[in-house]
Amino acid sequence: MSEIDLDTSSDIGGMPAAPPEIHGCPVSDSRGQVVLHPGRDRYVDVVKALADEGYAMCADLTAVDYLEYMRRPLPVGVHPERFEVVVNLLDITDRRRIRLRVQVPADDAVIASLFDVHPGTEAMEREVYDMFGIVFTDHPDPSRILMPEDWIGHPLRKDYEIGKIPVQFKGSHS
Amino acid sequence: MSATTIRDEGAQEMRTRSELTARELLREVGSVLRMSEAEAAKLGDLPDDPDEDQTMIINMGPQHPSTHGVLRLMLELQGETVLRCKPIIGYLHTGMEKTGEQLTFMQGGTNVTRMDYLSPLNNELVFSMATEQLLGIDGDIPERAVWMRMLLSELNRMSSHLLFMATNGMDLGAVSMMIYGWREREEVLRFFQKVTGLRMNHNFIRPGGVAADLPPGWRDDVLRLLEVIPERLDEYDILMTGQPIWRERLQGVGVITPDEALALGATGPILRSTGVAWDLRRDLPYLHYDQVDFDVIVGSYGDAFDRYAIRLNEIRESMKIVRQILDVMPMGDYRIQNKKVTPPPRARIDESMEALIHHFKIFTEGFKVPEGEVYVGIESPRGEVGCYIASDGSPTPYRMHVRAPSFVNIQCLPHMMRGGLVADAVAVISSVDPVLGEVDR
Repeated sequence: MSEIDLDTSSDIGGMPAAPPEIHGCPVSDSRGQVVLHPGRDRYVDVVKALADEGYAMCADLTAVDYLEYMRRPLPVGVHPERFEVVVNLLDITDRRRIRLRVQVPADDAVIASLFDVHPGTEAMEREVYDMFGIVFTDHPDPSRILMPEDWIGHPLRKDYEIGKIPVQFKGSHS
Repeated sequence: MSATTIRDEGAQEMRTRSELTARELLREVGSVLRMSEAEAAKLGDLPDDPDEDQTMIINMGPQHPSTHGVLRLMLELQGETVLRCKPIIGYLHTGMEKTGEQLTFMQGGTNVTRMDYLSPLNNELVFSMATEQLLGIDGDIPERAVWMRMLLSELNRMSSHLLFMATNGMDLGAVSMMIYGWREREEVLRFFQKVTGLRMNHNFIRPGGVAADLPPGWRDDVLRLLEVIPERLDEYDILMTGQPIWRERLQGVGVITPDEALALGATGPILRSTGVAWDLRRDLPYLHYDQVDFDVIVGSYGDAFDRYAIRLNEIRESMKIVRQILDVMPMGDYRIQNKKVTPPPRARIDESMEALIHHFKIFTEGFKVPEGEVYVGIESPRGEVGCYIASDGSPTPYRMHVRAPSFVNIQCLPHMMRGGLVADAVAVISSVDPVLGEVDR
């Protein structure tokens, strides 16, 4: 079981320490929470390795559309893309959490499914597909989950307009 | 619209066996889960590939009274036996996560509180905790506010489980139980009304603390609750726990194994019914749960009866916590005195122009939250409710996602129902205790 050590204070010489890595992925710290930034191609392998390490439960899987916020802070070596798939894993033996943020480009919004590692992600991946249009390859049931089957568009994308209901006021002439 | 939207969207409904590939069928009957040989053998009495003439796919819901809202299940039956089950959801989807991106952090509580409408205070709590972590003020919340949050959270757990007692009884034919459960829940809601002004959807726990102080006489009200409810719970024991018909209906129904529950991401009473003692209040403590003494109730069989018994005893544990909170409730502020997030007191507005402007700006524009992203998970009555917020430095969340326990737990239904009787389907749905407002959001 590898320990997560984010303590970089040992570099007394003033030289910037090499960015910390877990399973070869850049690690960042977000308000005290450990965040991993694996590449899209290594994502499933990293989740598998973490599962062997004890992160046996996938608590949450969601996505963010960063269309209007591309300048977000990311560790060195991670290229920002439009979409980000966010996975929260839970280790119930050692009582710890870890988060993965995977960059997914807009022109090829495809990522591998976690279903074979964590079957509980089935509904969550369907929700992400439904809301963001990110396709999960090898997902056993790639259909919409919350919106109707024949819906067009993916509502949580930032370029998807929120609807407006015309309001009529009493006594108005229009 | 990008090119990815022009795809075969795929049907949501359950299809007949002849239309499915072998892999899809294996998934639907649960073979992909890490199942032991012994467990697989137990399912062996089901036909491997029944003749399609002998099976029937029926709809249950979305307007079925026992589906707790608008849950639709498609069941493949052979006679009375359920071979496959597929939950179909989305009938209550109102785009609350999209709405959450339009509302400021100040207004966000009104949105999240409507997701799990049976435990609104827990939803508000997790949203407030995530916002406070982004603001970096999570360590500065006044003691009184923290203990008030715990008090309300535990009372909310009681009201939610009491409603479960009512609906579970009603679904299984113990109709008098329905009246009793609602009656006791109303006692708790009356306290909420006195404290927050509303029975449900309170928007009372807000970033920085709570909206108001406890009203005079609150201690007597809580003590009265703690006096009334234990007697009523003993009545439930007579009415249900020890009653042979009740046990016959629930014992051995809807069994799920620890491995299955973990693989499916189930949390809360479902995971605990399998014997896995996992409760975020004890294992990843938040608020001051590490300072109170309580037991985590676990089951051993993972059946519907265990889930019922866990919830019944969790009401007792919550009362134990509430009693300890009464002893330690400190005096002091009920919200953080941080000008950034806290509006000025009402009296100041009459005498100070700056206070008036400050008050106006904080309610119209909201307060800016620093860039960053954070995930907070707490134990709601149904399991882990989580809130993931990404902020771009503006007064509204860039993305606000709620990890709804019911949404994940509902994936357990096909595994619990397989091989059971169609009459037990109602008991299984009821024992998962889904709240459809939270499933669909």
